[in-house]
Order: sequence, then C-alpha cells, then structure tokens
Amino acid sequence: MLHTLSIGELGRNLNSGQISSVELTRHFLARIERFNSALNALITLTAEQALAAAAAADAARAAGGQGPLLGIPLIHKDIFCTDGVRTSCGSRMLDNFIAPYDATVVAKLKTAGAVMLGKANMDEFAMGSSNETSYYGPVKNPWDRTKVPGGSSGGSAAATAARLAPFATGTDTGGSIRQPAALTGVTGVKPTYGRVSRYGMIAFASSLDQAGVFAQSAADAAIVLQAMAGFDPRDSTSIDAPVPNYPATLSAPLAGLKIGLLREFFDGLEARNAALIHEALKIYRSLGAETVEVSLPHLPLSVPTYYVVAPAECSSNLSRFDGVRFGYRCENPKDLLDLYTRSRGEGFGAEVKRRIMTGTYVLSAGYFDAYYLQAQKVRRLITDDFRAAFAQVDLLIGPTTPTPAFDIGAKINDPVTMYLNDIYTIGANLAGLPGLSLPCGFVDDLPMGLQLIGPHFSEAKLLNAAHLYQEATDWHRRSPHGYE
Amino acid sequence: MSWHALLGNPMNLTRQDVEKIAHLARLSITAQEMPVYVTSLSSIVNFVDELSRAQTGDVLPMAHPLDGQHQRLRADVVSESDHHEKYQANAPAVQAGLYVVPRVIE
Amino acid sequence: MADWEVVIGLEIHAQLATKSKIFSGSATAYGAPPNTQASLVDLAYPGVLPVLNADAVRMAVKFGLSIDADVARRSVFARKNYFYPDLPKGYQISQYELPVVKQGKLAVMLDDGTVKTIGVTRAHLEEDAGKSMHEGLAHASGIDLNRAGTPLLEIVSEPDMRSAKEAVAYMKKIHTLVRYLEICDGNMQEGSFRCDANVSVRPRGREKFGTRAEIKNLNSFRFVEKAINFEVSRQIDLLESGGTVVQETRLYDSDKDETRSMRSKEEANDYRYFPDPDLLPVHIDESFIEAVRATLPELPDAKAARFARDFGLSAYDAGVLSASRELGAYFEAVVAELGAAHAKLAANWVMGELSSGLNRDNLDIAVSRVSPAQLSGLLTRIVDQTISGKIAKEVFESMWSEGESADAIIDSKGLKQITDSGAIEGVIDAVIAANPKQLADYRGGKDKLFGFFVGQVMKATEGKANPAQLNELLKRKLGGGA
Repeated sequence: MLHTLSIGELGRNLNSGQISSVELTRHFLARIERFNSALNALITLTAEQALAAAAAADAARAAGGQGPLLGIPLIHKDIFCTDGVRTSCGSRMLDNFIAPYDATVVAKLKTAGAVMLGKANMDEFAMGSSNETSYYGPVKNPWDRTKVPGGSSGGSAAATAARLAPFATGTDTGGSIRQPAALTGVTGVKPTYGRVSRYGMIAFASSLDQAGVFAQSAADAAIVLQAMAGFDPRDSTSIDAPVPNYPATLSAPLAGLKIGLLREFFDGLEARNAALIHEALKIYRSLGAETVEVSLPHLPLSVPTYYVVAPAECSSNLSRFDGVRFGYRCENPKDLLDLYTRSRGEGFGAEVKRRIMTGTYVLSAGYFDAYYLQAQKVRRLITDDFRAAFAQVDLLIGPTTPTPAFDIGAKINDPVTMYLNDIYTIGANLAGLPGLSLPCGFVDDLPMGLQLIGPHFSEAKLLNAAHLYQEATDWHRRSPHGYE
Repeated sequence: MSWHALLGNPMNLTRQDVEKIAHLARLSITAQEMPVYVTSLSSIVNFVDELSRAQTGDVLPMAHPLDGQHQRLRADVVSESDHHEKYQANAPAVQAGLYVVPRVIE
Repeated sequence: MADWEVVIGLEIHAQLATKSKIFSGSATAYGAPPNTQASLVDLAYPGVLPVLNADAVRMAVKFGLSIDADVARRSVFARKNYFYPDLPKGYQISQYELPVVKQGKLAVMLDDGTVKTIGVTRAHLEEDAGKSMHEGLAHASGIDLNRAGTPLLEIVSEPDMRSAKEAVAYMKKIHTLVRYLEICDGNMQEGSFRCDANVSVRPRGREKFGTRAEIKNLNSFRFVEKAINFEVSRQIDLLESGGTVVQETRLYDSDKDETRSMRSKEEANDYRYFPDPDLLPVHIDESFIEAVRATLPELPDAKAARFARDFGLSAYDAGVLSASRELGAYFEAVVAELGAAHAKLAANWVMGELSSGLNRDNLDIAVSRVSPAQLSGLLTRIVDQTISGKIAKEVFESMWSEGESADAIIDSKGLKQITDSGAIEGVIDAVIAANPKQLADYRGGKDKLFGFFVGQVMKATEGKANPAQLNELLKRKLGGGA
C-alpha cells in the first residue's frame, strides 16, 4: 500500500521506476476523494495542477533529476500563500482570495519537486485549538469523527493521520502543530523561530509564528524540514545560519544524552497520560540517556502571557483586512466607517474578533503597561527559565497535551478552557524554541503525544531522539481504523 | 501556583468598554453577539490578569524570541516592477487603477 | 491687553532620496500612474514582510551627524495603529520610544542678523502613506499607494521658535541642510518636504506653555508663515475674549488663508504603539557611523564661515551664497577664475544678475544659461576696465539670451570702454562748448550740475567712457583747468 510507505521508501520506488509520481499522486487523490467528505481536512483541491506537477517531476526524474521529495505529494495548510490558488486562511474574509505569489515555504517545496494536492482546513487565521473556528466547518479526527483533531493545523494533522498525503505543512504559534499532531497520532515538528521563513505565511502573531511539518515519522519529517528550512532575505526575522543535514544525524547514539523531565508538566496530569510519558522515559534510558527532573518556575504563566502577546500582535496584523485591496467587502457600505466595521465584522468569525478585541484592549492607553508590557517581561522570565534548564540538560520532555482529543463542541463556548489546551506547548513559542510531538500511546483508544523541546537550533537532536524512539516503538505506525 | 488558578479580582468589562474596543478595532458587533463578547472578554481579561502576580521589577521586556539579533539591512535597489493588474484582481472595487472606497472626508 | 508670547515647534517630514522604498524594493519615483509602484509589501498583502533599506538608515545617521545629535546605537521600529484608506496595513511603521537620532541642534540666522540655536528633539525613520484622490468619483475616493512606503525622516524640533518668521527661518535651514546632505530633494510641490506646526501662545513671562494646536501638512514656506500667523491671532482673539484653546489638529486652507479644525481626526486617537515584531532592533555601530561621517559634505555654516573668512564677504552674503551646494559651487568656480581679490564682485553678480535671471526663467542653477566660466569672463572685463559695470549688465543680458561669451558680445556690439584720455577729453570739450549756460551755473555754485555733464558725455559715448577717468577729467575741465 503506497500510503503506508515512508518518504524514503516512496523515493526508492520512484527511482527504481516501480511507480511514477503521477501514479502516486492519483493514489492520494483517490484517497482524498474517498475520505475527505467525512473528515473535511482539505478545503481546496488542486488535482489538475497536482497531476501536471507530478508529470513534470516524472520528466525531471527521467532526465536525471533527483531529490528526496521529487514527485512526493503533500498538502499545504491554507495559511501559506499559493500563487494562483485560493488561500483562505480558513476565513470568510479570504474566501475569494487568490494569492498572487508563493510563500517561501511553498516555493522551496515546489523547487524540491514536491507535488501539492490541495490546501488543508484550519482554524480561522490559525486562532483555535480544535479546528472548530474554520469558516469551512470543523475537521473531524480520523481516530473518532466525533472528536476534534486539535488546531489550528487540524486539517494538515487529520490528512496526515488518514494518509491523504505522505506529509503536510503546518504552522505553530502556540502549539498549532504539536497539539494536533498529538491528538491525531502523527509526528509534528515546530522548528526554532527564524529557522523557516515566515514570508507568505499569513501572520497571526509574528513573534510566535513558525512553519513546520506533519509526517508519519521523525525520519520523514527530517527530509521535509531539510527542504523547508533556511535563510530568507524577505523575512527580517529569518536566521542566516547554515542548515544542518537532519537526515544524516537521525541515528546518532543517545548515550550520555541528558533529558529533563519538566516538573510543571506533571502537575495535575492524568495518571494514564503520565504513565505513557514514564514508559517513554524508560525507553530513553534503555537507549543510554540520563533523565533528571527540572523545574521552570515561571512556566505556569505561559498561557496568560501568550493570551496577551498573541492577541496584541494579531489585532495589528489583521488590520490589513479592511475590504479595500483584497478580501471580503460588505454590501453597500454607507460610508468609510461602515465599510470597515461591517467588512471586518462580517468577514471575521467570533474567535478572531474576540482575539482582535483582546489584543486591542491590552495595547490600549491605560492597559498597555499592566498587560502588554508585563507579558513581555514575563516572557523574558519564562525564556530565562528555559535557558537555565538547558544549562543542565540537552532536551526537555513531557506530554504534548493534558488530554486526548475531546468532543467537537465541548469547549468552543468557553474560550479560557479552550486556551488551557495549549498549556504544554506555548512555552516553546514564547522562547522561540524548537519542539516536536510524537505518538507515544493511547488513552481511551485515542492517541497521545510525547513532546520534546530543545534549545535554539537543536532540530537535529530532536529529530534524532524522536527517530531512535520510533525505531524502538511502533506507536507511529498505528493507523486509525478504516484508513489503513 | 497551579495551572488552573484563576484568581485575582474580577475585572468585568462593561458593554461600553466592549463597544469602545470594537470601534477602535473597526468591528461591527451585533446586538445579539454583544453579551457573549462582554462575558468572554471579561473572563479572558480576568485570566490574563494572573500576570500581575509575577515579580517583574527591572526585567527587560522581550519583544522577540531571539534576543540579541539585529535588523538586517537591504541594499537600496529597485527590485519590484509593475503588476498592478494582477494585484488588483483581488480588489472589490477599482477604477482607473485606483482602489475605490466611500468618500474620504478630511 | 496682555503681551503674548508665541511658542512654535515644527515636525518636518523629509522624504529620503532613496531609489527604493523603506521596506520594499518598489521605486519611489514621483508621478507614476496610480498603483504601478505599489508592490505586495506596499499593498500589505497577506503574508508579506518588511525588510529595512540600508540607505534610509545611512541618510538618517547623516542627518544626525550634521546637527551634532546623538545617533542611537539601538533604535526600534514600532507600529502606530489606526485605520485609514491610505494606510494599507492599518498601521504605520515608525520609530516611537527609541528613534535613530536624538538631541541635536541647529543655528539659524534671523532677519535681524542674530543667530538663534533651535533644538532638535529627535529625528526618526518612518514610512509615508498613500494618497486619496477625489476627482471624477461620485461619493467615492480613489486610493493610490505609490507613495505608501516611501521613507520619511520626521524631524521634531523643540518648542524653541517665538514667531512665524523664526519658524520659517528654521524650516529653510533644515531644507538647505537636507539638500546639502543629498538625503532629500526638497521638492515642496511634490510633497518631498512638508511640515506640521505646533502653535501655542502664553502671556509673556509665564513658564507654562499654553494649549497647542497642530496645523497639519504645510507644504510651502509661505503657507507656514501665513498659517502660523493666522493661528496665533486666532488663539489670542480666543483667549482675550475669554475663551480657551482646544488641543486639536487643524488644517490650513490656503484659499481662505485660515486654519480649521479637522473633525475627521478629532476622535480621541489611541494608536496602540508597540514594537513591530516583523522588524528587529536596528543596531548602528561605530564603523557604520564613521563610514557615514566620511560622506559628509562641507556643511552650510562651515561654508559660509569660510566664504566670509577667505573672501571677505559679509555674513549675509556668505549666508546667501552657501544656501545651496550648487550656488556655493557656482560662486567658487567664478572666484577660481577671477581671483579671490575680486570675490566681492563675483558675489554681487551671482546674487544679483545671475539669481534674478534664474528666478525670472524659473531655472535651476545647474542649467543656468550663463556658466561660471562665462560669468567670470564677463567679470574679467570689468576688472580690466574693458567695460563698465553698467555696460556689463547689458552684456550679461545678451549672454543670457544668446549664450555667447562676453568678449564676443563686447566685440560685435562695439561696447569696449573708451579709456583713451584724449578721446574722452575731446568729448568733454564738445559738451562744455555746447552748454555754456550750465557751465556758468556750475561754476556759480550749482554743484549738482556735475551729473548733468556726466550724463551728456555718456550719452555721446553711448555709455562707453570709463567712468573713473571721465569723473577725473570732467572735474578738472569744469573747474577751469587745462
């Protein structure tokens, strides 16, 4: 079965001529055709362009072209601008928006020969932890379609879990890759802030947003990240440093690796969930790693910090959606103010409006110091906690989420409860650290994720640690029933 | 300190507060939606008010996750050309190359 | 009636003369068809990001060095949030808490010849907005974003000026300076150089400032003066009739010569400034500053001092001739040919005939119809007494219209001065002989008739008699000498 093969295996089959990229593309398009209506994971399908790109990849290969992603299909989160293809960001605001350019991530994967099948559903403007805020309706979790897949990259996660593509792109502002990866049982990587270009990725919170990948294994994620990462002169926050060879170090021995167990992550963690983490620690110890407990005293403040910083930035980032140059415009505006307020009031959904208003409030005169500035100070305290921890250990380990996937509709009316879903993931965004979630077992027949967090630019080490865990376990090979 | 501590004094926003914020943010809020926003924004503000308990004294605010990085400078070169027709294909209203909006009064 | 003191501070916006915009690679040329110089970044398309133009930073530093200011080793771009159709992102990227230039000063010469030092609080980099057009659209406006993202240096003065004239003198000095530095073309019609004026009045002797009004977007020196004067009388009238000045933004209407409240900007603005997360702090190190310092030209004050010292010019003349780099260079080119001993003559001609010619034909000195070499050729003929100053003006007019050299015109028109004493004496004798009555009156004590005789001789020689020789000979002859 083609959809169970790794990217490396698919590459070998393509190289040997056993399959063509066109066949592979047709295979995944057929799976999308079969499963997507139930999952709602993709909101735009680009079958025709995909087949053309696949044919071009086959021709390139025939002409001696190579590369681990040449002819491999993928799905892009609909937050990435794709030239000539609708880029909605999950919003009515951009329902009619055809991007006139490619995001750097899209261009890089195109250059690597990867074949875009379509665009994935997502929480509106990436604001959400359940994929229920999308204008296009919620995404269903392939493990149980009454459950959410997590968010905001819920479509990418569900599509990867249901094997609708070998891999998918995502973005992670407060956990939007790692949390849905955990809830759908796939491997998700959020790189160091600045490692992957943000150009062409529709901004939610600029100082937190980072693009990453969903794949079936750390080994596959390493191949994809290799193609995505690197300096981009169009992004002032992109880091001009060489990208290490991620696949090359996947199997480096872990002997002597010091893993820190984050004490704050276990406060109040359900016993079954905690047990899975302790099982994982046993495996790491068997691989030669040493585990120690560490504490990040300010980490409990990461959620309130995030819910000041992210809304503040989003309130400003989303001001450009004003009904003038692109996007939704209300009918018959009676004057300029009416044009603005109705285009934005009707074009944005409830959660986006809530966050814009939260951000407007915390930046406004009289509240700036108490909220925004205070949050920026706490952000430094949290970052300093991480720095101190990484002086003692090489990696931090803990759960990705407090619970497995919850019911669709369970938390959508209670924003604060929803926000607390991200308690374990937000710290890495505030400090700009790379994080990775990998499947580590099941609770109530639903997948759970193990989270690894490393110092800046430690992606190679995270992928290495995840890969060796996956060599020793088979959680990542489990497929949701019905999608085998 | 626990994860779920939602202490602090209740900071309930009024309808007038929310109307003022919505106006600053140029968002029309319907009469039906208004009570929902008053309630949910109040609970969010109460939640983030937990930050006031942190001892931040002379801590420097952190605006960027990668501290110590500096702005890169771009050479002063014209690298863009005219694509206004393509870019204006997404615009709701265009006339003679201009984006059209209701009359701006100065 | 109280004695009122006027307090004025200016915020000058100078468009920086970069080729591309401050955060994008779009051209900044003026006058292109609408939106043809608006890239995805300028249009605030979803997903795009700003990258800072190095030359905009260099120009800001250059300005800072020229006014002896602090150049910030670390400056930060912030977002100023407000909605307006000419502001595509819904925020303007500007510098707020940490500007690139702080605490400079500028010496300004006032009309009475005294020099006053005006403080410059700060100068910061920001992006310009687009433009709204109203012609030809019913109940609608059209937005052109070509100007959006053009780099601006906003130069904020201390409230140091005490009259409209002082404000204009300061603004003119900044105008001179930015053109000297070649960081702004100074074109006020095109909006490259404009200002907002903060105006208040207070009873003389009181320390506390009065409530100020901000007059927006003044784009000529004349308007600055008129708008401030109107605003000052408005505020004084208001206060003297028992009213109070409201802190507000006002617009100057040049047709009606009045300022009026801008109601659209009236609502309490809450700009929600915060550091732009898409841009990192700008780091300026010593080597950057020194590299910029090496590009500094001789500044206007230094040039004026040198002109006064080396050429013996008055402070006023030296100031006029150093008002632009081009004018100063022209003057120096003339002096180089003519010799420093005749610098005063060159100064008079450059400030006189040349400047009026340029003004009349609305020409830039770079395209003057008379080159420095041609002018020095003409002045050489005054110095060597080939022609008189009066004839020289006539020659200059011909040079201006025909473009020929002074010598060619003097030859072809036969304007060469008569310096032969014998020839002049002959004409004097003939004039005296023809006017016996005037001669008798003169000798009888009517000294004023001397001028009559000079006129008659000049008329007879078509103005070509050497004036000094004529005076001397005439005096002798009229006095009855040989």
